[in-house]
Amino acid sequence: MFNKKECVAMLLAGGQGSRLYALTQTVAKPAVPFGAKYRIIDFPLSNCINSGIDTVGVLTQYQPLVLNEYIGNGQPWDLDRLHGGVHVLSPYEKASGKDWYTGTANAIYQNIPFIERYDPEYVVVLSGDHIYKMDYNKMLEFHKEKNAAATIAVLDVPKEEASRFGIMITDAEDNIIDFEEKPANPRSTLASMGIYIFDWKKLKKYLIANEEDENASKDFGKNIIPDMREAGEKLVAYRFDGYWKDVGTIDSLWEANMDLINPNIPIDLYDPAWKIYSRNPILPPQSIGKNAEIQNSMVTEGCFIDGSVEFSVISEGVTIEEGAVIYDSILMPGAHIKKGAKVEYAIVGEDTVIGENAQIGARPETIEDKDTWGVAVVGNKLSISDGANVAPKAIIYEDM
Amino acid sequence: MSINMGNVLGLIFANMHDMTVGDLTKNRTMGSVLFGGRYRLIDFPLSNMVNSGITAVGVITKDNYQSLLDHLGSAREWDLARKKGGLYFLPPFGNTNAALYSGRLEAINGAMSLIRHSLADYVVMSDCDVVTNMDFRPIVEQHEESGADITVVTHTGQYTNEDCLVSTILNVDSESRVKSVLIRPDLSGTCTASLNIFVMKKDFLIDLVNDCIARGKVSFETDVLQAKCSELVIKAYEYNNYFSKITSVGTYFKANMDLLDPANARQLYLPKRSIYTKVSDNAPAKYDLDCVVKNSLIADGCIIEGEVENSVVFRGVRVGKGAKVKNCILMQGTTIGAGAECSYLITDKEVTVAPDRVLTSSPEYPMYVSKGAYL
Repeated sequence: MFNKKECVAMLLAGGQGSRLYALTQTVAKPAVPFGAKYRIIDFPLSNCINSGIDTVGVLTQYQPLVLNEYIGNGQPWDLDRLHGGVHVLSPYEKASGKDWYTGTANAIYQNIPFIERYDPEYVVVLSGDHIYKMDYNKMLEFHKEKNAAATIAVLDVPKEEASRFGIMITDAEDNIIDFEEKPANPRSTLASMGIYIFDWKKLKKYLIANEEDENASKDFGKNIIPDMREAGEKLVAYRFDGYWKDVGTIDSLWEANMDLINPNIPIDLYDPAWKIYSRNPILPPQSIGKNAEIQNSMVTEGCFIDGSVEFSVISEGVTIEEGAVIYDSILMPGAHIKKGAKVEYAIVGEDTVIGENAQIGARPETIEDKDTWGVAVVGNKLSISDGANVAPKAIIYEDM
Repeated sequence: MSINMGNVLGLIFANMHDMTVGDLTKNRTMGSVLFGGRYRLIDFPLSNMVNSGITAVGVITKDNYQSLLDHLGSAREWDLARKKGGLYFLPPFGNTNAALYSGRLEAINGAMSLIRHSLADYVVMSDCDVVTNMDFRPIVEQHEESGADITVVTHTGQYTNEDCLVSTILNVDSESRVKSVLIRPDLSGTCTASLNIFVMKKDFLIDLVNDCIARGKVSFETDVLQAKCSELVIKAYEYNNYFSKITSVGTYFKANMDLLDPANARQLYLPKRSIYTKVSDNAPAKYDLDCVVKNSLIADGCIIEGEVENSVVFRGVRVGKGAKVKNCILMQGTTIGAGAECSYLITDKEVTVAPDRVLTSSPEYPMYVSKGAYL
């Protein structure tokens, strides 16, 4: 027996995150560590439970081990429920054959039986690669009020950035009348946030029709939404005005981490009414040594810091030895920075060891040719030898 | 020889030694006294039992146990939310003919139905006054091999008069047999003291407790260890790993401060034998632009804008701009106002120190500020 749920959330977490390069070699993008003690997927999962949505399907495909382990039974997000809760939905073999998820729409299509068990009125479709705090329930109320077939959350972005997004063109009532993907000359500044609410019966109809069309690319943005518009369904834009960031690239991942320590950026992780939950590490408090200097940084449990840390985000279990210097960088869980090493504008992967006096990355002002500057990345579980030099913008996959 | 630790029942006495730490236990049990930046004292014996393979633990409590109950919850964080075994919370029965226990034997008697129904052959008992990372396996093994009736965990070292006055001191022969017992003696120097951790066979314990209760004897230390030490075979298990024994507010302060030395912390927090505690989903600690933090333990959820040195800072503490915190223990939710100066202070939960207040005490007598106080 399954209790009826008004709304079920489907979280698309199957993406490889290829633009995160060395950080997603063995983990799916939603499982990439973020903000010292979180992983990216903590944000949509916490938003779900804080919005009162307690039934969530997480669609995984690429490197699911870490992500599956991390989600477990969903208890850290209060999503271990008698009815509903979080379920990891991987592609599976069927009587008719084996199918990978071939697109975002196909992934939902293959899980129609999961959704139908809860007999929902509405389905929220989310992605696992955005950092934001949002009350989906308010969006659902808006969706109901508008009596829409689909509601798409949009963010008003600066005009010069609009060409990086999928742009929604709306009428005076916020009905979506047209859209364009990464337009050179955007006709609007309302960017899609990749958050959709659908009337389930209607969505199901379009998913099935899309699946039967052999030429379709089985994608929400490319097929389902355009199909619905062509059929004259009511599509509305829901304006969101909080903090929202896509963390699909090295630069945006680095920026979003830095946003957490920027007092002028409106994302508050300390609000008791909207906690971001995570699978907490079982580690002692952070130990700050006699030689440490820490400023404007975020640090979590199990760290031992005896070096200098400024404008950085330090994840659990990181060791920073005496004389090491960390500026404007992200250290992922278990990273070990040895004496005298300097890490500047860099991301150091999980359990990676940086040898004594090594230099990772560099400050932009020290580089003459600005095109050669960028955030340096050292992948997971690597060992960088004493005195080694990792150039800015370099992406390191192997020991050196 | 190896013992199946699934065959061992753990018993933790949450209220023993409540009187030794003054106001720290005004509204809580010894087991729920906050420690080390994010723990409560019961986390240590409870985690040690779980890490030793014990899967059924009874927590015996008497009064003031609201915070303990809240902390332990379903015991999921200690992996003790089990169908088989798990955590048993044992508050006193509230009826008139079973008054609150006054001695350990009465306390065990109150837990008799759990002990009787347990399928375990052995019982490991621990109080909450020792902070350590202890493996109970070799202790149970020694108990079995030695054929002792009771095994008591001991430590031999230099004890001050103050320590001895709150300890059980044992005279142990070369075969580890306890020959005589002094309870809270007026002594000092090299002593062998009990760490209040005992191992017995379950059936032996049941008979012992029944016999003692029938004779009106309630104190395990006086009526069993001391009175029966020639009649019974009581063996010592000498423990030499890192530990702190909390016998007063002074030793509580020192035990916290000892963990500022990473060499000590490394012996307490072993990677393969974690100390578990309640998860509270705090955001990471935030260090502000002008903060100075040195030689301190800082927990998640803190926002540090001022100076913190030689201090243990629990979850969710705020230290305002220009504030100076030195040699302090700031418990959960403490707020130190901008420009305030604090040294040798132990603030209980949710204490607020007003901006620019200056509060200093001495290392001998750190000042304790009670829960929720506004200074």
